[in-house]
Amino acid sequence: MIELVSASRCIKCNICVNICPTNVFDRVPDAPPAIARKSDCQTCFMCELYCPVDALYVAPETDLQTSVNEAELAQKGLLGSYRENIGWGLKRGSTAKNDQTFQILKQMR
Amino acid sequence: MLSKLTTDWEVDLETDVLVIGGGPAGTWAAWSAASRGARVVLVDKGYCGTTGCAAASGNGVWYVPPEPQAREAAMASRESLGGYLAHRQWMRRVLDQTYASVNLLAEWGYPFPTDDEGKPYRRSLQGPEYMKLMRRQIKRAGVKILDNSPALELLVDEAGVVAGATGVNRQTNNQWRVCSLAVVIATGGCAFLSKALGCNVLTGDGYLMAAEAGAEMSGMEFSNAYGISPAFSSVTKTLFYNWATFTYEDGTPIPGAGSQRGRSLIAKTLLEQPVYAIIDKAAEEMRSSMRLAQPNFFLPFDRAGIDPFTQRFPVTLRLEGTVRGTGGIRIIDETCATSVKGLYAAGDAATRELICGGFTGGGSHNAAWAISSGYWSGESAAEFAKTWGSKGNQRQVQGVGEAAFQPRSEHPHTLATDEVIQAVQAEVFPYDRNLFRTEQGLSDSLGRLDYLWQEVRDSQVENKQLIRAREAAAMVATARWMYNSALERKETRGMHKHQDYPQQDTNQQHHLISGGLDHVWVKSQPIENTEKTLVGVISNS
Ligand SMILES: Cc1cc2nc3c(=O)[nH]c(=O)nc-3n(C[C@H](O)[C@H](O)[C@H](O)COP(=O)(O)OP(=O)(O)OC[C@H]3O[C@@H](n4cnc5c(N)ncnc54)[C@H](O)[C@@H]3O)c2cc1C
Ligand code: SF4
Ligand code: SF4
Repeated sequence: MIELVSASRCIKCNICVNICPTNVFDRVPDAPPAIARKSDCQTCFMCELYCPVDALYVAPETDLQTSVNEAELAQKGLLGSYRENIGWGLKRGSTAKNDQTFQILKQMR
Repeated sequence: MLSKLTTDWEVDLETDVLVIGGGPAGTWAAWSAASRGARVVLVDKGYCGTTGCAAASGNGVWYVPPEPQAREAAMASRESLGGYLAHRQWMRRVLDQTYASVNLLAEWGYPFPTDDEGKPYRRSLQGPEYMKLMRRQIKRAGVKILDNSPALELLVDEAGVVAGATGVNRQTNNQWRVCSLAVVIATGGCAFLSKALGCNVLTGDGYLMAAEAGAEMSGMEFSNAYGISPAFSSVTKTLFYNWATFTYEDGTPIPGAGSQRGRSLIAKTLLEQPVYAIIDKAAEEMRSSMRLAQPNFFLPFDRAGIDPFTQRFPVTLRLEGTVRGTGGIRIIDETCATSVKGLYAAGDAATRELICGGFTGGGSHNAAWAISSGYWSGESAAEFAKTWGSKGNQRQVQGVGEAAFQPRSEHPHTLATDEVIQAVQAEVFPYDRNLFRTEQGLSDSLGRLDYLWQEVRDSQVENKQLIRAREAAAMVATARWMYNSALERKETRGMHKHQDYPQQDTNQQHHLISGGLDHVWVKSQPIENTEKTLVGVISNS
């Protein structure tokens, strides 16, 4: 479930408000978006991918709320880790070109 | 009070083709209609590009080079699993179309990897990348996209021909209407808000809208797909569990439990006690390949501090219903037309029995079907639109939505939407109702589901509750087609497991068509297939 909109990182672009498939966020004038309908969060991680400054954190727990500590998440490298893994963002390249599904399917036979 | 009585539309558009749903099927439909010169509007409940299950998850694709042997193997491989309900002509067409369309993706710049031999490998698509590309591509083709704009009901003309839809923008509350000469429903399947990865936008809305206009469903008994996920998480990606050992809490392996054929055993065990998994059969090299293949599979583990290769973790099965089941709106011909004029269906919203019979479960057919049926439905909707000439958009049209719009009762009460949703989930989530089916269990559920439908029909809702209320209505309707069809199929075939009739019965090698809202009906339809593959006999054409 979405647990964090980092006030220090957020640049108030409202991209997350637009792209969240289940409309979890609300725009707030001159402030970071609010997590307005948390229980609608489907834990799809898409907002994290689209946030240009790694200001969001989606905890893996889908049915339970958890408390998170921003400094700790940042220190563990978890803010923006999914975005990094799929290679989105400045000076990165999509990792889809490294997709090794073929190696895996080879072993299935 | 009721939005359907509104005549002042904040957004009021006229177009040739309206596509409802912007996942793979919808975007392919929009692209193919637009490239035939049609004006196209695409509306999505979420944001076209991130919403739907493909965007969040990624897809293996049924991409098979046009080599006779490879094609033959691809067709034969799943026929028995699907209970011999698939049609070979359709499989062929889908294999051809998917091959061509995926090659287009490469031309459009999808960064396909290369395999060991340096050849491009095109059987796997990473969701976010794929759907970002599709959005860009349809915008280039001139498609007008309305994001965050769920469709609520279809419009029909005086002759009952589908002529557009209305809906609401869930962020501005602006009501929209799009009058169009043809409509493609590509709203995906129904996973009953189970929180399976990317699936909570998929509540069967398209089925409900189509049924209200008179369309029929097919294969709704094959709608009990469950995906394995870590118990705490949403990530129902199942491929890597092929390398897992499933154990009881004390660490002893559960005999026979497995990802593909042993999923029932996992479910049976989960009914009584927790089940754990560990992906310990993957060798070191394989582990890094896995990370590169499906980064999102590892997200929940990395964040929860679990190494899935060396540490056991609890698993569960989340319902994916008709998303990875095969039921959906009935297709009547090669154009992906439904039985209602002006209405086409594609992707998970449409039946996939045509190419995979009674079983899809994991992998590749669904993505291929979304691509191909999307392409064809867009093409044929554009052609149908052309036949109208200039008079098409001068038709008198009216909305046909009833549930949650127009209470049947003169003294309607307020709909307790959340309670209705929980009540439907209580009928469709439990493994011992939906996965392991019995006549008694199905009938009991149907009794309660029929009552819920009455509740929905006799109630009214406030405008701001309308989207959720329509979702609730769609879920109740979907569950009733599912269970009525399941009762009718008195055998075990494909993913439909009937405890009272554990064998496959050759006399029931037919499709089950269903429909109706206040009165649900089911009838059987023989497989019209010149190349019908008989049980045990594989045609070698
Ligand atoms: C975790 C997971 C993994 C999968 N892996 C594979 C795989 O490896 N291979 C494979 O072949 N298949 C796979 N599938 C299935 C595959 O993703 C789907 O079959 C495919 O995405 C279907 O495409 P679609 O466009 O029909 O539906 P979706 O991608 O689900 O899109 C439906 C769209 O309709 C929109 N919508 C819904 N209701 C409305 C409404 N009322 N108004 C407007 N818009 C609406 C939704 O927001 C959504 O954008 C997987 C599914 C899941 C859940
Ligand atoms: S996408 Fe990121 S930066 Fe933009 S508003 Fe949302 S949290 Fe802030
Ligand atoms: S994880 Fe998905 S559903 Fe949850 S807030 Fe982010 S985008 Fe929305």
